[in-house]
Amino acid sequence: MSSGKIVAALLVVAAFVGGSYYGSVQVAAPVITNSSEGASYGGGYEQSSDSDASGQEAKPSKQVRYKSQVADRSIAGQTHVVNDGESIMAAVQNAQPGDTIQVMPGRYHETVYIDKDNISIIGVIEQGKRAVLDGKKQLNDAILYSGNNFIVENLEITNYKGNAIMGQAGNNFEIRNNLIVDTGVYGIFPQLGKNGVVEYNIVSGIEDAAIYVGMSDNIHVAHNDVFDSVAGIEIENSRHAIVENNNVHNNTGGILAFITPGLPIKTTFDVIIRNNFIVGNNHKNFGAPGSTVSGIPAGTGILIMAADDVVVEDNIIANNKTAGILITDHDNAPNTTIDPESDPKPDRVMILDNVMYNNGYDSIDEVKALLLTEFKQGNADIIRVGASEDSCIINRHRYTSAGVNKWQECAFTNTDELLSYLLDEPVAPRVIDPAERGSVVYNGICAGCHTYTGRMIGPPVQIIQALYMDNPQGIADYIANPSKKREDYPEMPPQNYLDEKTRLAAAKHMLSVTR
Amino acid sequence: MKVLSFLLLFFAGVSLTAETKSESFVLKDNCPPSFELTKQGICRLVTQYQFYTSVQGRGLGGTRTALPPHRDGFTPEQIDLGRYLFFDPVLSKDGTISCASCHQPDKGFSDARDRSIGITGKKVARSAPTLWNVAFLDKFFWDARAATLEQQAQGPLFDAMEMGNTPEQLLATLRNNPDYQVMFAQAYPKASDIELGMVYRALAAFQTSLISLNSRYDRYAHGYHQALSQREIAGLNVFRSFVARCAECHQPPLFTNNQIAVIGTPEPEGRPFDMGAENTYHVSQLKGGFKVPTLRNIVKSAPYMHSGRYNKLIDTVKFYNDGRGNAVPEDQELLLHWHIAEPNLTDEEMQLIVEFLATLTDESLTPQIPKHVPSGLAPIDQAYQQSINNKQITTNDNNKATEQHGD
Repeated sequence: MSSGKIVAALLVVAAFVGGSYYGSVQVAAPVITNSSEGASYGGGYEQSSDSDASGQEAKPSKQVRYKSQVADRSIAGQTHVVNDGESIMAAVQNAQPGDTIQVMPGRYHETVYIDKDNISIIGVIEQGKRAVLDGKKQLNDAILYSGNNFIVENLEITNYKGNAIMGQAGNNFEIRNNLIVDTGVYGIFPQLGKNGVVEYNIVSGIEDAAIYVGMSDNIHVAHNDVFDSVAGIEIENSRHAIVENNNVHNNTGGILAFITPGLPIKTTFDVIIRNNFIVGNNHKNFGAPGSTVSGIPAGTGILIMAADDVVVEDNIIANNKTAGILITDHDNAPNTTIDPESDPKPDRVMILDNVMYNNGYDSIDEVKALLLTEFKQGNADIIRVGASEDSCIINRHRYTSAGVNKWQECAFTNTDELLSYLLDEPVAPRVIDPAERGSVVYNGICAGCHTYTGRMIGPPVQIIQALYMDNPQGIADYIANPSKKREDYPEMPPQNYLDEKTRLAAAKHMLSVTR
Repeated sequence: MKVLSFLLLFFAGVSLTAETKSESFVLKDNCPPSFELTKQGICRLVTQYQFYTSVQGRGLGGTRTALPPHRDGFTPEQIDLGRYLFFDPVLSKDGTISCASCHQPDKGFSDARDRSIGITGKKVARSAPTLWNVAFLDKFFWDARAATLEQQAQGPLFDAMEMGNTPEQLLATLRNNPDYQVMFAQAYPKASDIELGMVYRALAAFQTSLISLNSRYDRYAHGYHQALSQREIAGLNVFRSFVARCAECHQPPLFTNNQIAVIGTPEPEGRPFDMGAENTYHVSQLKGGFKVPTLRNIVKSAPYMHSGRYNKLIDTVKFYNDGRGNAVPEDQELLLHWHIAEPNLTDEEMQLIVEFLATLTDESLTPQIPKHVPSGLAPIDQAYQQSINNKQITTNDNNKATEQHGD
């Protein structure tokens, strides 16, 4: 059906709806809610009930300001200085957990991957000159990290084909003060991590999202300047995220809170979008065909798709030509697949005070048609299409809107009490009882070659027990540096990748097993 | 001296028990390697990935990420009974093939065929997936039509093209076999007679013991970075880069995200288009969608894709590299997964991915194929036995040749 037909069909429907509306409702004075005082929204997150957030319950819930630092950095490691012409990766390989890599101004052409914990990569800015990672349009990603407690600061990253900074399951990350220009798909992409900040970065020219928080929890995105990209800031399949004080301009879509269907993590909820400038996001959509963002109409300030418990508060949303805020379910979103395990409806959307001006001045036909169903014309500030339960709004009279008339008044006017969803203490590595460690290594590794009785790849455990009896250290030493002992058995590969304590724990466990 | 005599005694003991066991099918009372026997008498999986966490407990992410929830908690006897059932062709209608015919341990628990061959001698619809690490899955079959291993087992058992049996005949066969009567009584001491549910459960118990988590990649993940060569690490970085995006669906540590994906892989010539998961979920958006398979032990389980379309890993990588929708038939409209892009990898980068995939090989916990199964049929099947015999003859011949040469 052409869009012209849709409009015509909607007009007919609207005529009936409008008739009953004007027949029954008197125009009354609007409900004006004073946002400078009033109840504050408590959010949906209880640290004390989160098993990953240990040792939290004694802390007061109110923080003075959000903590920029998300992990304990009190243990000082070594500093490795990388000069222009040297390799950042070589320094990472030599670094131990706790160490800092200090990168001096210069041009670096490499992919830096960090598969260990507690590493900081800090660019040194001298008289405005930065350490520049330049992928020369040949390298895939600039920074790939999977370790916990990772910091990357002060770099300039350009000309990579994939992402500038990509996280894969690292917790307690800090991505700060970076300048990222023209790097393929995403600028900053922490994925599958918990407890992290993305702040004070400048990101532009990205063909998907400049900042993309994917499948993560407890995230703070603040003070970033993102522009000239398809999506500015995207919170996708993530929970407990605050997006505040960002300048988001001239993207195709400004700030997005999404559930993308078909991903292994199925929800987005508890997202606060506040105090941002979301201005003039009218850039032509240059997203890759088939990508979720390629369906975003140019001129979208905020897009909420299927995400729940999203608060939109105190933003300045102006000059976005399609609409200030679009809210949709999966069924009404273009080229979106389905997911039987994801709820397609955006429920409990909460729109508090926002300054909205000159949005929707050159909108798409679908938006115009939705306004017409409520006998409205003009510039669309807020458009909701599809199902949404228990959503609320205050001061709705200020906006040109469709789909929010039946929303209730919010019972609160601000989110002042919620400074951050960051954890009071970093996500701790799991503490393993030494005895348990021995059992894990014995069962997970040793038992692959040694059964208690009988021949497998290596000799039976019973034999080893007879030989070493009260000498676990002997086993621990042997497995670190084994020599061929038995003609009829293959030589054992060294297990020196296990640290000394772990080797001894496994040896002790091996001597203690009885069957 | 004391040690020596102890050892002698001990070896005597070992050889005796081993012989008795093979004669009368006494089920093992110890857990398979990597499993710990709890005080409750059940086997619990133990892995180094227990040291880590994962977002939402879903077992997805990077190197040090916890695994998703998994099936375990079976008794050693149930696991061992499952092993005998798995390798016994008596489970098929005519005793010609066993579960292991299509899931052979030395072929990555697959069968080295593009599509498996059932009792009719004809090819079935799709290729046999690997069974490594099925303990972590919650969807079974390429089109995700079963939610448990117990449900899954009934597919091949009673499919006319596969094992062709009926529930009645299967039950009668097992109930009439004195060895199985004893073995089921050991595995299910509270039950009065063999029931079908016990068969499915024992098969599930055995399959959940097929754990592969000690590859060289895993050593790297746990912090021993020397476990991989520089080329293999380079391959890992291409694999997880956001240009190739392999790791977005084949996510560590299982190298699958347990989801359905529409990728538009071509059918072999002459084969009709396979609707895949559309038939399971009855939604057109999943037309041509299949489960994302694990890449663990992937070099062992060629050919690849639901149709066995590709014999070599490099060809599967090339399929992705050839760009979004490159093989979608003109008469089909597919909603391709957004990660199917146009990566434009170099030949060298594709080669590096293939080299990295080889680091995911770990067959250290391969279970033993029983020497005999209670039916008296050849374990796995007659054809497999024949191929083993042939191999032995060749080896013997070679030995003879060497001996003669030596003479």
